[in-house]
Amino acid sequence: MLHAAIGVQLGDFRLDIALDVGDGEVVALLGPNGAGKTTALRAIAGLQPLDDGRIELDGVVLDDPAADVFVPTAERPIGVVFQDYLLFPRLSALDNIAFGLRARGQDKASARSRAQRWLERFDLAEQAHAKPRTLSGGQAQRVALARALATDPRLLLLDEPLAALDAGTRVQVRAELRRHLATFHGARLLITHDPMDALVLADRLVIVEQGRVTQTGIPADVTARPASRYVAQLVGINLVHGTASGEHTVRLESGAELTVADPLPGPEVALAIRPQAIALHGHQPDGSPRNTWSATVTDLEADHDRVRVTLGGPVAATAEVTPAAVAELGLAPGTTVWATVKAVDLTAYER
Amino acid sequence: MKPRRAGARRATQQRTPWLILPLAAVAVAYVAVPFVALLQRAPWSGLGGLLGRSIVVDALRLSITTAFAATGLAMLLGIPLAWVLARTRFPGRSVARALVLLPMVLPPVVGGAALLFAFGRRGLLGGPVYDATGFLLPFSIWGVVAANTFVAMPFLVLTVESGLRAADTRYEDAAATLGAGRWTIFRRITVPHAGPSIIAGAVLCWARALGEFGATVTFAGNLQGRTQTMPLAVFLALESDRDAAIALSLVLIAVSLAVILPLRDRWLTV
Repeated sequence: MLHAAIGVQLGDFRLDIALDVGDGEVVALLGPNGAGKTTALRAIAGLQPLDDGRIELDGVVLDDPAADVFVPTAERPIGVVFQDYLLFPRLSALDNIAFGLRARGQDKASARSRAQRWLERFDLAEQAHAKPRTLSGGQAQRVALARALATDPRLLLLDEPLAALDAGTRVQVRAELRRHLATFHGARLLITHDPMDALVLADRLVIVEQGRVTQTGIPADVTARPASRYVAQLVGINLVHGTASGEHTVRLESGAELTVADPLPGPEVALAIRPQAIALHGHQPDGSPRNTWSATVTDLEADHDRVRVTLGGPVAATAEVTPAAVAELGLAPGTTVWATVKAVDLTAYER
Repeated sequence: MKPRRAGARRATQQRTPWLILPLAAVAVAYVAVPFVALLQRAPWSGLGGLLGRSIVVDALRLSITTAFAATGLAMLLGIPLAWVLARTRFPGRSVARALVLLPMVLPPVVGGAALLFAFGRRGLLGGPVYDATGFLLPFSIWGVVAANTFVAMPFLVLTVESGLRAADTRYEDAAATLGAGRWTIFRRITVPHAGPSIIAGAVLCWARALGEFGATVTFAGNLQGRTQTMPLAVFLALESDRDAAIALSLVLIAVSLAVILPLRDRWLTV
């Protein structure tokens, strides 16, 4: 369990956030570049001393300037997966993983045999003697994760773990990362500027803007009720949960079925739908395309040149339309509309 | 469009200002001509006999031994110094840096004289040490190593310092999160990452030590078999035995090339 009240002054920039991460919980610190996310991670890891505040992990105070307590980085039970992974370029994958065990006093043979088991667990046995530059992005990330976990930390910090990957491999590696994160039972804090990473990987979101927390909550709450325009733009994505009822169809809790273009990744999925992808109609569309349902407008919220329309019914979602469409369809709370979304606009994630 | 010759196209692509080439050619010639002159005067037929003479063998052995010893000493002291200069901030850091680099711009004879006043029999430190133990640094092989290190160490410090400044310190952060202490980080991350600059610095330092003359002759003297290094032997032989001087010079050139050539592109691009 991590309790952190982080106060850091860097020139003109002031970081002032409070953060709790429970055991078994994945919290995502989400925010734009320059919001102070990496500074927060460095403070927790002991790479950036606090100016004020207090960091406590499992009841042990790690940093408390008022009480003059500071535990050095090397003595904190914290594993870090860095942005760009920072695998030691001259060491093999095996020796990268064994590094932390050696540094903590294990002899070479036992450190290597434990590192070997981590490689096998992360499907990296064949890469044991490969140098980091020969590894693919996904492999490098798994080595970085194994290296961070090998020392048996109480808290795992991940700094933009997917930012180094190209868009093609990102979706797959994200799903892998989700699976591997689930095997670690301590507290996990993920830092990212990508809302998709946060929504898929985290149990709870903490949104940071300009050094302050602007919103916190479970993904469904934050996406449904974004507290600021920035959050709305950042995480204004609908997430609906369901179970696979076919290779491409998902049955929601309401009984409604949605069709997805790509094969489903697993039996339990979350569907991501961008609000802009939901089209609203006054009458049932001709030829009744798949993914059409009747919905009731429960709320309307103007946001500059767009209107966010909250829909009740078989699919709880928010649509984003133009003010002209609101006038044309006569939208008001209580209005019944037909909603459609194309199969290609639905992205499924394993839950 | 008017067709142009291929040569004209290449010339256009390169865009070499016309004055550059002749000046560069003069620069190469300026370095090459003295070597050609030396080779042209070399007593090739009698070379075997000249190289077997004790004055040559003694000087070569002493030069190579002391150059390596000075490089080792410079690395032992110079790498930590480069780290301190590159990574820490303390009052007087720029003064310390200027002081350490002083032997690079100082005439070596002045350096040798300064060493005498510090470590000589009546020197600031040498006096008390001599009175207590009878050990005398000047006019011994240790004096040669001391003079070489004094003059050559700045080359290593400067090169390694710039290498350390350019290094990505986030790897050291990563090592710290894995439980590595400061010494482990220095030994296993910092030094290996600065490897190219350390090798380049060591080569420059070794080459400078091999050619050292002024500080050595002032501080350590010119005793064959004890303190007479190759450059001193060459200088002495020029007065008396020109053929031997040329033979010694050829050996120095060969040894220098043997060290510099394998490393030239890989490491000497600082």
